[in-house]
Amino acid sequence: MLTAEDKKLIQQIWGKLGGAEEDIGAETLWRMFHSYPPTKTYFPHFDISQGSDQIRGHGKKVVAALGTAIKNMDNLSQALSELSNLHAYNLRVDPARFSLQFLAQCLQVVLATRLGKEYSPEVHSAVDKFMSAVASVLAEKYR
Amino acid sequence: MVHWTAEEKQLITSLWAKVNVEECGAEALARLLIVYPWTQRFFASFGNLSGATAIIGNPKVQAHGKKVLTSFGEAVKNLDNIKNTFAQLSELHCDKLHVDPENFRLLGDILVIVLAAHFTKDFTPACQATWQKLVGLVAHALAHKYH
Repeated sequence: MLTAEDKKLIQQIWGKLGGAEEDIGAETLWRMFHSYPPTKTYFPHFDISQGSDQIRGHGKKVVAALGTAIKNMDNLSQALSELSNLHAYNLRVDPARFSLQFLAQCLQVVLATRLGKEYSPEVHSAVDKFMSAVASVLAEKYR
Repeated sequence: MVHWTAEEKQLITSLWAKVNVEECGAEALARLLIVYPWTQRFFASFGNLSGATAIIGNPKVQAHGKKVLTSFGEAVKNLDNIKNTFAQLSELHCDKLHVDPENFRLLGDILVIVLAAHFTKDFTPACQATWQKLVGLVAHALAHKYH
């Protein structure tokens, strides 16, 4: 359960990313494809070479959605409802426990490489909980 | 048989050479107990684990973290023989410690994040991929003797 303190930390951290959202999104996806090759199976239609326009574009989309989620942490289910439908009925990415956790791990690594010591245990914990909540909501309508 | 490219071995050993095992081990274990508080179930005898500050400052956590990461170092020294290297520890974790192997995966992922925070931009995507592979293999080896 996200505490008030968790929410504050997440908003603070997100605030520090100032404009780098597209880079962060692209790097997260790139790391995910590199560390977890099976995740590439969801993108047969993409040019997934490093720095490709499609990766940048998609990374930007993903991070924008996370930004929306952060602005609506008290109501994730509603805020992500459309995305929830999309993931359940169209995309059918293997649910939270498997594939979305790889995205979450890579996002955390990207944040950690950018924030260094500032990626404290408390921030790490808050982000982990948040990504877990997002993954749960995205998998809500799977069955 | 696990296959490591020369580049992967280089990425592992060169990074490991710069790791302060005592600090990094303590950090990783503390984060495990903070980020996944249910893992505290294995450490009832460790005293005060009442919050992030208490956990980080807990001398038993620090000592045990160092022990765990020192042991992990054996994998780095025996990249071509990880399963056998951890055979006995696997039996121990199953028969005596009763640790759900899922916890090895959790700790492995945390270790990767600790390394990322420490090495920042030097923890490149290629570096991360290699280390995710390594922590996965160690977790697998530790689960291998479970019955």
